[in-house]
Amino acid sequence: MEKKKTISVIVENHPGVLARIAGLFSSRNFNIESLAVGETEDPSTSRMTIVATGDELVLEQIIKQLNKLIDTLKVIDMSKEDYVERELALIKINIENKNLTDLMHIINIFKGKVLDTGSDSLIVEITGNDERINSFIHLTQTFGIKEMVRTGVVALTRSKKQKE
Amino acid sequence: MRGAKILLESLKKEGVDTIFGYPGGVLLPLFDEIYNEKQIKFFLVRHEQGAAHMADGYARSTGKVGVCLATSGPGATNLVTGIATAYMDSIPIVALTGQVATSHIGNDAFQEADITGITRPIVKHNYLVREAKEIPQIVKNAFYIASTGRPGPVLIDLPKNVLAGNIDEFIYPDSPDLRGYKPKYEPNKLQIKKAVELIEKAKKPVVYAGGGVIASSASEELVKFVEKIEAPVTTTLLGIGAVPYNHPLYLGMLGMHGTKYANYTIQDSDLIIAIGARFDDRVTGDVKTFAPHADIIHIDIDPTSISKIIKVDIPIVGDAKNVLKELLQEVKQIRHPEWIEKVMQWKKQYPLTFSCAKEGLKPQMIIEKISELAGEDAIIATEVGQNQMWTAQFYKFSKPRKFLSSGGLGTMGYGFPAAIGAQVANPDKLVIDIAGDGSIQMNIQELATAVKYNLPVKVAILNNGWLGMVRQWQELFFGKRYSHVDISGSVDFVKLAEAYGAKGFRVTKEDEVEKVLKEAFNIKKPVLIDFHICEEANVWPMVPAGGSLHKMLEGSELA
Repeated sequence: MEKKKTISVIVENHPGVLARIAGLFSSRNFNIESLAVGETEDPSTSRMTIVATGDELVLEQIIKQLNKLIDTLKVIDMSKEDYVERELALIKINIENKNLTDLMHIINIFKGKVLDTGSDSLIVEITGNDERINSFIHLTQTFGIKEMVRTGVVALTRSKKQKE
Repeated sequence: MRGAKILLESLKKEGVDTIFGYPGGVLLPLFDEIYNEKQIKFFLVRHEQGAAHMADGYARSTGKVGVCLATSGPGATNLVTGIATAYMDSIPIVALTGQVATSHIGNDAFQEADITGITRPIVKHNYLVREAKEIPQIVKNAFYIASTGRPGPVLIDLPKNVLAGNIDEFIYPDSPDLRGYKPKYEPNKLQIKKAVELIEKAKKPVVYAGGGVIASSASEELVKFVEKIEAPVTTTLLGIGAVPYNHPLYLGMLGMHGTKYANYTIQDSDLIIAIGARFDDRVTGDVKTFAPHADIIHIDIDPTSISKIIKVDIPIVGDAKNVLKELLQEVKQIRHPEWIEKVMQWKKQYPLTFSCAKEGLKPQMIIEKISELAGEDAIIATEVGQNQMWTAQFYKFSKPRKFLSSGGLGTMGYGFPAAIGAQVANPDKLVIDIAGDGSIQMNIQELATAVKYNLPVKVAILNNGWLGMVRQWQELFFGKRYSHVDISGSVDFVKLAEAYGAKGFRVTKEDEVEKVLKEAFNIKKPVLIDFHICEEANVWPMVPAGGSLHKMLEGSELA
């Protein structure tokens, strides 16, 4: 059965590492839904947050293959952890001949921010998990989405809570 | 000190005594250093692909890391097939390539190719060196990566200005600097315990051993293990030599061209203990019908090999030798008289046999003859195709590291340069390439290398005038529509050998086989023997691609 998994990979911050990871997915025929890369608290490492899909064996294989790369320092299967994840999307929505009040209402519900307004469209920033962004897109589709960009999911495991 | 000199000094620190390679523009600073080099012997090849396979043959026959060198652009891309061959079979080689100066990288400069990009999916790791001072640490890392864990090829790309650049002092590091690479050699005790329980419970166990047993020098432990638990043992192509051919529990190779008794044993077993093998499609056939009643214990140093093709019951990550030692200590002696009797019955009932309806020498007989005359220390390389499968079936290997063959990638043209590399590493041993008339022509230019350095490699060409394995498939599965497989009359191999300054023989009659082989083995220079074999001899038995292991085809001539 197809499942979705969020995986964090801590890698050496070297040139070519992204190509190794991306190449692994294409050469092994793995499905990648999103990939977000950035520096970590330690500038010698980067963190890649990967959302991959596949059946159980494939997902297990993805984690093993990521671990096998020499430049990989750590692979964290987020689905086995308690974690928070966020994604940011910028969406340019058509407002020509549309009811702006309805749109603003939706934006407010989703705690979106309007970053830019033009005569025929505005740009909205939405953050949240994948599901939340998808439902915002779904609701605003009737206005007409002119352009959209998503960062891909980033995730961190939750801090340890004190014992009660 | 110049970057080029630092490179050579670093290689010497790693114990490198041999480089196979070819010069070129960006490598001029390096070849200028090699000109003075006394400790490392350099072998000039005739095509860079040959250099990569020679490094591979050197590595497979010794267990040491093989080294090859090529210039930027086409030199580097010519190594690619050899690197991929080593990758698929987990062979430790370090490939050094020249690169255009760092200031020119990305400009489509003359003889520029992004070789680290090109080889990324076929190396264990690769490096583009940016400054001369990085050379020692990168060389240290490269040899460590290539030779530890699951071995494999590592490429180091060396820009011209890096080789020509200067650093004040040469200091070679004591240890690799690889915080993300820690191969796991010691097995988990709990997994060993679970495995022992399963082994002691099994009624019909079989051991399936692969190249990992040879890589970890675990042959002795493997034999002790199968004797202690009284389990029949079969090997993959790359596992050949891990168990002596005449061991009573040995069933030969399994899979597509494996013995019937090995395949029947696998299919009927209730426990498979896989050691250093990876459930390749040529081994399993149809995965859904593979060993339907068996639990699987899988021992491998590479976690990605485990549960990649088939979900296993007990994974054990570790080095084959260490794991076998642990198992030997923990498992009690077991006997399975009924199971062994059943397996031995199959062994007696379905031996490998051969015949050929048409005229000509029987290739299997030639291989048996070579086997008989060459002695157990001879090193045998093969090309790919029928010659390879017949050798796997009929040659009697008693020791590991004596059989060199491209298993995973199936590289035609591998055997001859691999044999040359093995001869360099083993100057006193008899080294023979068992070839087909197709494969041998893929790297025949290396005859010049063998002659120049007086490397007395023997090549036995099983010449049937066909690209035989493809012809066999066309015969069986495409209604004998022999599309572009007829290569008869390509060349006069005897004259070709002579043209290169080697010795050539042609053998067409059965009674000449032994005489010519004996004579050839005594000649202290390269020899090509052109055996005219029965044209349509096939490799039997055979599991059609994707078929079930127990449904093996046999030739009508065997019926």
